[in-house]
Amino acid sequence: MLQLILFNVFNGLIVGAFYALMALGLSLIINLSGVINFAHGGFLALGAYLAYSLMPLVGFWGALVVAPLLTAALGLAIERLLIRRVYGRDPLYSLLLTFGLAYILEDVTRYIWGPQSLPYPIPAVLTRPLSTQFFFLTGYRLFMVALVGLAVAALFFVLGRTRLGIRIRAGTLDLETVSALGVNVRVLRNLNFGLGIYLAGLAGVLAAGMLGLQPTIGTSLIMPSFVAIIVGGLGSLPGTLLGGLLIGVVSGLATVFLPSASEAVIYVMMGLVLLLRPRGLLGEEGRLK
Amino acid sequence: MTRARQLGATALLWIALLTMPYWITAIGGYMELASRVVVMALAAMALNFLLGYTGTLSFGHAAYFGVGAYGVGMTLKYLTPSTGLGMLIGMVAGTLAAAAIGALIVRLRGVYFAMVTIAFGQVFYFIAFRWNSVTGGDDGLTGWRRQPLDLAGIRVDIQNHDTAFYYLALVCFALSVGAMALLLRSPFGRTLQAIRENERRARFLGIAVERHLWLSFVISCAFVSLAGTLYALLNNFTDPRALRWDMSGNFVIMAVLGGMRSFWGPLIGAAVFVVLQDYVSSHTENWMSVVGLIFVLVVLFFPRGVLGLLQHRG
Repeated sequence: MLQLILFNVFNGLIVGAFYALMALGLSLIINLSGVINFAHGGFLALGAYLAYSLMPLVGFWGALVVAPLLTAALGLAIERLLIRRVYGRDPLYSLLLTFGLAYILEDVTRYIWGPQSLPYPIPAVLTRPLSTQFFFLTGYRLFMVALVGLAVAALFFVLGRTRLGIRIRAGTLDLETVSALGVNVRVLRNLNFGLGIYLAGLAGVLAAGMLGLQPTIGTSLIMPSFVAIIVGGLGSLPGTLLGGLLIGVVSGLATVFLPSASEAVIYVMMGLVLLLRPRGLLGEEGRLK
Repeated sequence: MTRARQLGATALLWIALLTMPYWITAIGGYMELASRVVVMALAAMALNFLLGYTGTLSFGHAAYFGVGAYGVGMTLKYLTPSTGLGMLIGMVAGTLAAAAIGALIVRLRGVYFAMVTIAFGQVFYFIAFRWNSVTGGDDGLTGWRRQPLDLAGIRVDIQNHDTAFYYLALVCFALSVGAMALLLRSPFGRTLQAIRENERRARFLGIAVERHLWLSFVISCAFVSLAGTLYALLNNFTDPRALRWDMSGNFVIMAVLGGMRSFWGPLIGAAVFVVLQDYVSSHTENWMSVVGLIFVLVVLFFPRGVLGLLQHRG
């Protein structure tokens, strides 16, 4: 029993790490630009499939590096062409726009790579279980957790220490002032969007190794990411991280005790948070917008 | 638009709706498509009660649409073969669900509100998807059919006559739309519009903003769940797709496409969208891209919708 619980908690942590990675990207974009990027899941799927196609050329490790960068490049282009036009307008329009983009991305993915699921090969080094008693601790899972941890640490370093990150954080608080101080806000939002999409692409590559490739992989991960942001508190990146891990573990635990409710339970949790603390666990006071 | 022209346009609209069964096949459509237009128009207009008049964006209305659909389906399958009772149960269930969730979210605004409605919509999707033994899971709820209506001794055979069903849907549509129009003209409706225009000022005037938003959310969802019951009856079937997020998105795009600042806009939007979707999905595998493209184009080029464009010109 203990082993089962541990197994599912660990599983939940991994899934939660995905949610967190994806939700952090979403949060970055919402905070600075006020756009809920519904197409985030589409970018995630694209990252995963790009890695699949690149692997024969550059190998597993190469794909891990290149695919998220390519996804981010596409994100930069789409922001320039489309997303930029809805900044400052009613959130209705950005939602509809990214909603349409999500449709298109999923369809394009299906058109190029086919509707059936594809296997995603992982180097043998990473697939061995590390211990017979804790059979679930395969190298790939530990590797994934480590990589997500590294990515999150790098993100917080960029935001906390680099010029770009400091500008992003300042823009989140008061974009007008940042603009008045001579920062090119258009470029800032563009880079910020690309950074968010990079995280989505990275989550996609990692998720592919764990869940396999399906055109719908992105849409199945985006809803929990919304929940992660709401539970953690809109406007707070540490909150988003916490929210993602928390809902991962909770749904992992639910798998032990009430398997059929493992998806619904995170929404119950969201309801509780909204009831008891509407701004989310680490949300700023008074921020309900 | 002058008052006379407005009246004329409305009269024309009703004539078109009343006679639709007699010309829909002539222009290449079919009876079921006509019913679908009316059902979706009801859903889009109900959403617009909230979106256009209260200024609150819900991206999760499919949840209540779906609860209505499952409500009528499950009543007919498990409880009693009465279409009327099934619709009542479906509508009550959808309204209660909206009342509970509405209470949790009325304090939120803007992006936050939209995101929470999206996320909450998924709960119902997962329940329908997972609770196999009752809802039929992914395969949908089958094994039931809509039953003939019995109106004070007069039997209306909506089961075998598609035209009869169309008129049932149209009667529901007319009653709902009439009720919404009356509500919007009442002091309550004016208050909603005041909140939309300037929430802070409305609050200073002593208006209980949260209570008004909650009520308008619940009313909107009540009519959406009515549309959901009709949708299930139309297909003699319902599945989790009826309450998934893409359905919510469809309602919003219908409202925007038609023009969300006008009362009849969502009807036009629903007609255009439903017919287009029907046409595209029967002609290409890649209908998702086309629908997605419609979303993008509407946002970039027709943000005020068809009626908004006309009014602008006029």
